[in-house]
Amino acid sequence: MIRFDHVAKRYPPGIDALAGLSFDIGDGELALIKGHSGAGKSTLLKLIAAIERPTGGAVLVNGQNVGALPRSAIPYLRRNLGLVFQDQKLLYDRSALDNVLLPLSIAGFAPKESVKRARAALDKVGLLAREKAMPIALSGGEQQRLAIARAVVNRPNLLLADEPMAHLDPDTARDVANIFLDFHRVGVTVVIATYDESQFLAAQPRRIVLDHGRLQ
Amino acid sequence: MIIWLAQHRAAFTLALGRLAGAPLNTLLSLLAIGIALALPAGGQMLMGNAQQLVRKSTATPRISVYLNAEADRSAASAIETKLKARSDLKSVQFLPREQTLARMKTAEGLADVIDSLPGNPFPDAFALEPKDEQPATLEALAAELRKLPKVEHVQLDSAWVRRLDALLRLGRTGLGLLALMLGVGLVAITFNTIRLQVLTQRAEIEVSRLLGATDAFVRRPFYYHGALQGLGGGLLAWLIVAGATLALRGPIGELVQLYSLEFALTPLAPAESALLLTIAAGLGWLGALLSLRQHLREL
Repeated sequence: MIRFDHVAKRYPPGIDALAGLSFDIGDGELALIKGHSGAGKSTLLKLIAAIERPTGGAVLVNGQNVGALPRSAIPYLRRNLGLVFQDQKLLYDRSALDNVLLPLSIAGFAPKESVKRARAALDKVGLLAREKAMPIALSGGEQQRLAIARAVVNRPNLLLADEPMAHLDPDTARDVANIFLDFHRVGVTVVIATYDESQFLAAQPRRIVLDHGRLQ
Repeated sequence: MIIWLAQHRAAFTLALGRLAGAPLNTLLSLLAIGIALALPAGGQMLMGNAQQLVRKSTATPRISVYLNAEADRSAASAIETKLKARSDLKSVQFLPREQTLARMKTAEGLADVIDSLPGNPFPDAFALEPKDEQPATLEALAAELRKLPKVEHVQLDSAWVRRLDALLRLGRTGLGLLALMLGVGLVAITFNTIRLQVLTQRAEIEVSRLLGATDAFVRRPFYYHGALQGLGGGLLAWLIVAGATLALRGPIGELVQLYSLEFALTPLAPAESALLLTIAAGLGWLGALLSLRQHLREL
């Protein structure tokens, strides 16, 4: 599903975030991107989602070189991905339900179908009862679950998450990790950048360890 | 197609919600646009009415042809035959010198003066009504009439028509320039409103793009915002002009009565009103387009 072929990413004024990175992640795999802070985990995820473009090599997602995609094609790539950001990127002036409705509205779903799907996604992460709550009224764990609900509402076959359990207490982190494991069990390819792999060990994840932008 | 329509409906509703969500800002913008558009729209209404008045006043422009003292009745009759044969004249009326003298004697204050004269000072004359009322055509016709035998003088009473026509043309040009300047002002107002909207909605734009929103999806609510704001301003301008028309109708009616004219101030015609609203919405859309080109690139 994902292939990194000698991928490099250099930021001005010449800082190498990633260098000569090559690996594959297969369909339905659970992959953990590990490494110290600044190792290049977030950059790696951004390259898969075409948020950044590589400065060398090729990033292939479902056989498509996403680094070479024209700007106009990137939105359609992203609609088939589920993205969970480190800072969640929730819209704080919209209710939980409206946050989850946004990707469906972007994808052009009919309003009735959208609401049905959004409620199902909120139910999946245990937030259906809080659909009218504004994100600011949710706890850190609930906000993270809301971000996951928004990421999966389009039923993507690839879920990318950047430090989804950071700043969560152990119990909440376990709940969030279980949600990702649930998606992995139903065949979704899950790629998670995390420093804490303990919650996922039972699922025998693939481990990609980075050190200063290189595979360890 | 249904998806496309649904997305447009969603964008329209979102834009409407944003306008309603900041009522004071919206009201101030609408007032600025409405007043700016009311000036050229009101001017257009007044010009239309002035043109109507001019048309009424010059419905029968006349050319007076005075014969010289040597012209006897048979010469006058020959000229009358020639004039009546012309296809560019609506009517030809012979005014015998005796009839003119009798009419002038009835005019107040002239009877004594005319009685003191040794003979009839008035020549035989013709009063003509041309078919084409364009000043240039009238001038050409008068020049031809001057060449007729026994014709002493041709008086074309179109000078004031030409003056009025020139004034109206000047008014139309001035109105066009005013409309252009205020139209640019409307675009500038919308440009700034959308700039502020883009800054306010920055987070939503960024998140939407990350979730797969196309540029068209991101831009659509802003286009509707600009167009709706322009349309609202246009509607306000229409109301201002309609109110002014109602307020001015009475005083103008009294004024034209003093000049024995039949005239009533009419409001903007439906076609003009539709044009005003379309232009207002279009300029609002243009302001949004220019603003988005500038500011979405910066995000």
